[in-house]
Amino acid sequence: MTTISTHTTILIRERTGGEKSSPPEGVSTGAKHRNANLGDAAFKIVTQIFAFLVFALVFVMAFEMYRGSEDSIKKFGWSFLTNTVWDPVKDEYGALVFIFGTMVSSLLALFLALPLSVGVAIFLSELAPRWLERPVSFVIELLAAIPSIVYGLWGIFVLVPWLRTSVEPALVKNLGFLPFFEGPPYGFGMLAAGIVLAIMVIPIITSISRDVLRAIPMAQREAALALGATRWETTKIVLSDGKSGLLGATLLGLGRAVGETMAVTMVIGNRPEISASLFAPGYTMASVIANEFAEATSELYTSSLIELALLLFVITVLLNGVARIIVWSTTKKFKTV
Amino acid sequence: MQEMVIEERRADVPLIISSNRTTERTMDVKVATKNVDAFFGKTQALHGISLDVPRNTVVAIIGPSGCGKSTFLRCLNRMHEVAGGTRTGTIMVDGDDIDHYDPVVLRRRVGMVFQKPNPFPTMSIFDNVAAGLRLNGMVKKNTLSETVERSLRQAALFDEVKDILDRSGVSLSGGQQQRLCIARALAVDPEVILMDEPASALDPIATAKIEELIQALKKNYTIIIVTHNMQQAARVSDETAFFYLGELIEFDETDRLFTSPQKKQTEDYITGRFG
Ligand SMILES: Nc1ncnc2c1ncn2[C@@H]1O[C@H](COP(=O)(O)OP(=O)(O)OP(=O)(O)O)[C@@H](O)[C@H]1O
Ligand SMILES: [Mg+2]
Repeated sequence: MTTISTHTTILIRERTGGEKSSPPEGVSTGAKHRNANLGDAAFKIVTQIFAFLVFALVFVMAFEMYRGSEDSIKKFGWSFLTNTVWDPVKDEYGALVFIFGTMVSSLLALFLALPLSVGVAIFLSELAPRWLERPVSFVIELLAAIPSIVYGLWGIFVLVPWLRTSVEPALVKNLGFLPFFEGPPYGFGMLAAGIVLAIMVIPIITSISRDVLRAIPMAQREAALALGATRWETTKIVLSDGKSGLLGATLLGLGRAVGETMAVTMVIGNRPEISASLFAPGYTMASVIANEFAEATSELYTSSLIELALLLFVITVLLNGVARIIVWSTTKKFKTV
Repeated sequence: MQEMVIEERRADVPLIISSNRTTERTMDVKVATKNVDAFFGKTQALHGISLDVPRNTVVAIIGPSGCGKSTFLRCLNRMHEVAGGTRTGTIMVDGDDIDHYDPVVLRRRVGMVFQKPNPFPTMSIFDNVAAGLRLNGMVKKNTLSETVERSLRQAALFDEVKDILDRSGVSLSGGQQQRLCIARALAVDPEVILMDEPASALDPIATAKIEELIQALKKNYTIIIVTHNMQQAARVSDETAFFYLGELIEFDETDRLFTSPQKKQTEDYITGRFG
């Protein structure tokens, strides 16, 4: 009933709007007026409910995960975060190995992706001619659309063999004295995971950095150029104007890397070890959840895996939240300057 | 080294410019443009502008919106090409063709102040003024702060900001920001200063300050100022150029142009009959 009456009021409003050119609100009869307001109110309430549902979803998820991990939280407390043992046989669970694996693979990915991404973003916003900018942007954004399993397969069949036969032996030969490049070159391991992740975070860091740099007004560049700055010096000033936005872009990339599961699981080696060497296999929070959830035999095992998920949830929500706020506030700042 | 080259070329000036003006007049020319056409892609924004700006004077450029005032100004320090525009004709500064310069070097000699104040928001007040100096490689702390203080004094801003030099440049009021931008332009010690409606975003008091400043700066600099405000042009300038539809209609001493314009279009414009 209500929907129908709303519908008719809208029709009426459209008709009157069509006959008279933009009638002022007060001109319509009392009844129509009331109905129109009713329709608007209903529309507003429905959309508000949807918006509220999104919030509710996040809270319900967090709450459910908290409930699911209660056993583990009670049993291990904070030591869950610092314990390196993950032993389903003894029913003892600690997350540190996975936290380490997630952090190292993600930071390695950032280390590799950041210079490239910011470089491309600078090219796109400062230097590229229009005809080149579009296709390059398009390809970069296309990278983000490729399913992660494809990256994983590429990692297994192309990247890992290449690392094993060419890159890792060369690193051992030349930089083997560093603890990062020690041990047998498996191919599978942190380095492979870091590289695959790097490729996967390049699109997001690049496109957000580009948007941040574009939001910096032309007047800033002209101010620098008019002072006799070179192209590069002008770019440096633009970069310093946008540095908090670039930080935000980086954090968003980090958030993506931290949560990435499939491709990493396929190339990281999945062994719960902490090693300084990038050649050594590792294990991430996301990977262990994906691999072991189906075969978790005890309540505590399941509960510990859910606690890992909760941890991952909190980290990614925080990273993304902070990053969005930073990006938003920098782009906004320049819109008002 | 560079200075010497410039001095040498200065001696050539009278030979190069053989206009109908007298030789003494020519000796005094700081910026000379000849048959300057400017384009944005295919649209032509300037048509054969020839105009000589004498040393240590203020030249005002007036004309209705879209007549090419900004474009002309931006040709003079080769900022026109930054926006993707092209230009023909010759522009000389001290008798040197600016196309023979590295634009970076040229822009240090021909400074610019924009319509909207554009301080660098991540830099302090001090660093804003020092920005150009640092680009020039001046890093010694005390010479730097001497120059910053001198420039801020010249821009009549020093007393207002001397205790807050480390605050962000954008924390100042609009008028102060504009004077900060003037100080920033002055710090690199240019010879010519281009100003594109420097006071259009400011209130009358801040505007009066900027106008006073322009008068004071005239002693050491050659100033070309674009303004929409004819009273302002009359107050601050020695000579005025009237542009219309991309052409230079009339260029004369300011008093004469405003009291007895030679051209009909000029008269119509200054009496407010159009524009
Ligand atoms: N970036 C641009 N691309 C294309 N055309 C432009 C561009 N900038 C200016 N123009 C055109 O060039 C002509 C001159 O513009 P200009 O900005 O020099 O005018 P102006 O006299 O400074 O006007 P105003 O008083 O409004 O600032 C105008 O017709 C304008 O449309
Ligand atoms: Mg203009």
